[in-house]
Amino acid sequence: MTTIISDTEVAARAPYSTVLREGETLAIIDLGGNQAVDFLCYDAADTAKRYSAAATIAAQRNIFLTTGSVLRTGEGAPLLTVVEDTCGRHDTIGGACSKESNSLRYGQHTRYQHACVENFLTEGAKWGLGKRDLVSNVNWYMNVPVEQDGTLGIVDGISAPGLEVKLRAETDVLVLVSNCPQINNPCNGFDPTPVRMIVTGGGA
Amino acid sequence: MSTTSTTYGARDHARAQAGTVTEAMPAIPASTWPDPPPGIDPAKLTWAETVAGGGYTHKVLARGTELRLTDVEGDACAHVLLYNADQPWERLNVADTVKVQWNAYLGEAIALLSDQARVLATVVTDESGNHDALCGTSTVDGLRLFTLAAAKHGLTPRDLPPSLSFFQGVHVETDGGLTFTGSAGPGKSVVLRTELPVIVLIANVAHPLDPRPDHTVTPLRVLAQRSAPSTPDSPEWTASPEAQRAFENTADYLTARGLA
Repeated sequence: MTTIISDTEVAARAPYSTVLREGETLAIIDLGGNQAVDFLCYDAADTAKRYSAAATIAAQRNIFLTTGSVLRTGEGAPLLTVVEDTCGRHDTIGGACSKESNSLRYGQHTRYQHACVENFLTEGAKWGLGKRDLVSNVNWYMNVPVEQDGTLGIVDGISAPGLEVKLRAETDVLVLVSNCPQINNPCNGFDPTPVRMIVTGGGA
Repeated sequence: MSTTSTTYGARDHARAQAGTVTEAMPAIPASTWPDPPPGIDPAKLTWAETVAGGGYTHKVLARGTELRLTDVEGDACAHVLLYNADQPWERLNVADTVKVQWNAYLGEAIALLSDQARVLATVVTDESGNHDALCGTSTVDGLRLFTLAAAKHGLTPRDLPPSLSFFQGVHVETDGGLTFTGSAGPGKSVVLRTELPVIVLIANVAHPLDPRPDHTVTPLRVLAQRSAPSTPDSPEWTASPEAQRAFENTADYLTARGLA
């Protein structure tokens, strides 16, 4: 029987974290549509073993995540498997916005805006994680195509209200989220909105 | 009794090995490098080494160093990580490097950006065109070598972010799938210019998407020479509005730090 362990609405621009026990499932629901959900995960027993965008991309030979994708550590160990995806694909290469990168992307006037790295640092500190633990992250619902000449960019989203990604923990996994506050590009339609996190156990 | 059964014999045996020349070894001092390529003044060399396939190396380089990597036989794969040597918590950020410059591929005038929106180094010359910023290093070999190289600078696995690969390329298809494009052939070089004092870690191991089962990898030549950092009229500085702001951030940092 499926049991709901937690059901949390994460406000626009806010961070979130939880530990999933092996076999538990996290559903990330895009409530308003086109909200980028910046996401990092760690082996809860040893956070030096953490999500590796590069190892994940190389193992699946594709930059997009969707149903069946396995999020892996640098050593190749599975952390989470995407067991359901009603959106279609998700970004692995765009990373997180930061006050610093905003100064390059838009100009120095954006340096004082809230950014995902601030959320990751604040929420990660609760678990003893610091800046060294922040690496290239997943961006659920964010649309980052790569043209044939190599041009890439964050463009209008392909998500919609109510779309959902479900992740199954393959071991005990610490999940760290920044519900992206970016207001200068289309990653969240220039309008950050809340997302809902539902953790279930018992074979969801 | 063998010749090494006494301290005197063992000492003689060990000392007799000095002067041995092999393919993969550093020249110390670098200025003694025997065959500098055209345009390189041996007196300016600060690092000269051939890294064997399956080997690694590392160095702290001054700001304004030209780091020339050469794929000697055509099957090198230089996995590279860079850190601000004065504060190694500031390090290469491949996501920012591709996102900020709107470009998935490495090539001339691409700035290698830190997580603090500064330029660690730029690609000033690229004869290869076959590189990769997406797949990182091969999970077992590369990670092990980076772990060792990092340890020699007091850094741990937590300090290893995704890395770059030079000389073995990957192409992104429209569906996001990756095609391994391999090497551009023997003798190709890439020159990076450091814009901050950097720790460079290099692991020369097969690319993770290299389909050959036997981890084919051949020697990598590393030659670094003293040069000058970019200036506001350098092509890298003006390559894009984003690069320009990254160089401005770097100059701002160096000014406050008393380094420029």
